[in-house]
Amino acid sequence: MMEWTTLLLLLSAATPILFAALGEAVAERSGVLNLGVEGMMITGALAGFAAAHATGSPMVGFVAGALAGAALSLIFAVLTQYLLTNQVATGLALTMFGLGLTAMFGKPYEGVKAPSMPGGPLGINWVIWLGLILVPVIWLVLNRTRPGLILRGVGENHEAAHALGYKVRGVRMAAIAIGGALAGIGGAYVSIATVLQWTEGMTAGAGWIALAIVVFAGWSPWGVLAGAWLFGGVTVLQLRLQAAGVAVPVQLLSMAPYLATIIVLVIISARHKYAGGGGTAPGSLGRPFHALR
Amino acid sequence: MLRLEPRTRAPWWLGVVSPVMAVVATMLAGGLLFALMGFDPVASIRTIFWDPLFGPAAGYSRPQLLVKAGPLILIASGLAIGFRAGIWNIGAEGQYIIGGICGAAVALAAYPSEGFWIFPAMVLAGAAGGWAWGMIPAILRNRTGASEILVSLMLVYVAQRVAAWMAFGPMRNPEGFGMPGSRNLQQYPAASNPELIAGTGIHWGVVAAVVAVFATWFLMSRHIRGFRIRVAGLAPRAARFAGVRPETLVAFCLGLSGALAGMAGLFEVAGPGGQITDSFGSGYGFTAIIVAFLGRLHPVGILLAGLLMALTYIGGELAQLMLSLPAATVQVFQGMLLFFLLAFDTLTRYRLRWGTAR
Repeated sequence: MMEWTTLLLLLSAATPILFAALGEAVAERSGVLNLGVEGMMITGALAGFAAAHATGSPMVGFVAGALAGAALSLIFAVLTQYLLTNQVATGLALTMFGLGLTAMFGKPYEGVKAPSMPGGPLGINWVIWLGLILVPVIWLVLNRTRPGLILRGVGENHEAAHALGYKVRGVRMAAIAIGGALAGIGGAYVSIATVLQWTEGMTAGAGWIALAIVVFAGWSPWGVLAGAWLFGGVTVLQLRLQAAGVAVPVQLLSMAPYLATIIVLVIISARHKYAGGGGTAPGSLGRPFHALR
Repeated sequence: MLRLEPRTRAPWWLGVVSPVMAVVATMLAGGLLFALMGFDPVASIRTIFWDPLFGPAAGYSRPQLLVKAGPLILIASGLAIGFRAGIWNIGAEGQYIIGGICGAAVALAAYPSEGFWIFPAMVLAGAAGGWAWGMIPAILRNRTGASEILVSLMLVYVAQRVAAWMAFGPMRNPEGFGMPGSRNLQQYPAASNPELIAGTGIHWGVVAAVVAVFATWFLMSRHIRGFRIRVAGLAPRAARFAGVRPETLVAFCLGLSGALAGMAGLFEVAGPGGQITDSFGSGYGFTAIIVAFLGRLHPVGILLAGLLMALTYIGGELAQLMLSLPAATVQVFQGMLLFFLLAFDTLTRYRLRWGTAR
């Protein structure tokens, strides 16, 4: 039984990162680098928690988290797509804004308990299932459907896509909103299903880890799943070591997820670098698009 | 339909007007937000932006302006150089924390001896610590191509945990009755960074910030390296053809901004902060990013932007005290300000035109 609960813990720890990284992968495949994942996650965490607490239904909470994440991402979308602002700086601003906004409005929810999550098949709750189902679905849509082809085309070469008559801006607005919604669900999972309460800044860098995992994944949904599980494994291992009373200070053990992220990022980047070429990054990633004609 | 047309050259005054417009827009949006939350918008804005300087309690809050602006300006001057070259060090918060820890380590090792060398050695250790922490993303980017954005940010979380470990473990005050946190350096004269002129808030960190403003101005507008940095940011391919090595720039920019952030951390721990605690990092490293942009990456602009940002910190505290506005108000303001800055910056790069393109 020990192994099964460990596996459950791993799946649960991986879920917020899985959602956020899947969403960011979609946005980045359309050529948009949104560094605001952390801000969208924390907004989803608060909105989701507040809605779940008000209605007593975790389900409503996740919907609210998705809507809040998408709403916040639209600020980024309008600024970068219509006002052509720098994507790195705008994403950073989104994260700072989200962290500030939630710290401001989250005060009344401190110390409040979340409604309990219903279980699901095999003792795995349905949000974990949803995350697992999204992986093949997103892969299929991206690689086997026309909208997916258009999205990838816009991300690889926006000038060519524009010349073919595709609405670069519209596609990217939609991709950013999907990224925001999924990040919002990931954040809501942290507050509703893992920590079971609201605390300021509770996503603790999960959004940034998700950004790193997209690179690790080579922008593929299956790679994202592998990265999220790897991260979940490191988290569970770290918690188990803490519980076992290893003679290493807790503060040092809790560095593990961040150090693991750096190590993974370094290994993957080095492989891309020495394998030649720029890896599998979308060709137009992070570049603003301005149609002159 | 409204559309954007690229400018071939922007009039110089737009660069001055756009940050001012962003600040005004932030005040308006902030006032709207306060009104929605049920606070008096005019009183709130006045408490944040006017009262700290000219209000009844200004005698107390005015010196705080320089205390808060010092680290912001010091860190932002370093960051702006990298941002000019497209090198994104967003982990200044981590370099600040490690700088503070390294500087404090020197003081705690020397305790209780007195010597004129202790404080200068601490400054060097703080700068070296921040430099080393900034060189990690630089080396990883140069050797493996790993994104300096993500690595420097991850290292912030690592640095925060190092600070917590130090406060509970190796650096815990042996005479602190088991409370977490190091000895208070304000009570250790050889290591403290006191107010230099009573009632002004000026400490060595403020002096260093002013020096940094002049030094970075000289570097960027009078030195060949500054020229190379600007070219690398504006036209990376041209820079490479001209023999500018991107690796050198990455190491230089991350190392320099790390060292400045580390020094800021040291001046804070030896001065206003006093000790290493588990919450030593107070967000200066992130706010400095906004300061750099608000100052339009120009040293003089950064000086003014740092003062304004310090004002929002003090005003925010005052508003919390007087009007019981939430503590996170300042953070929201700072986030909004960066949005408006980026939006108004578009006007300096593009012209707004009606109608369809020819």
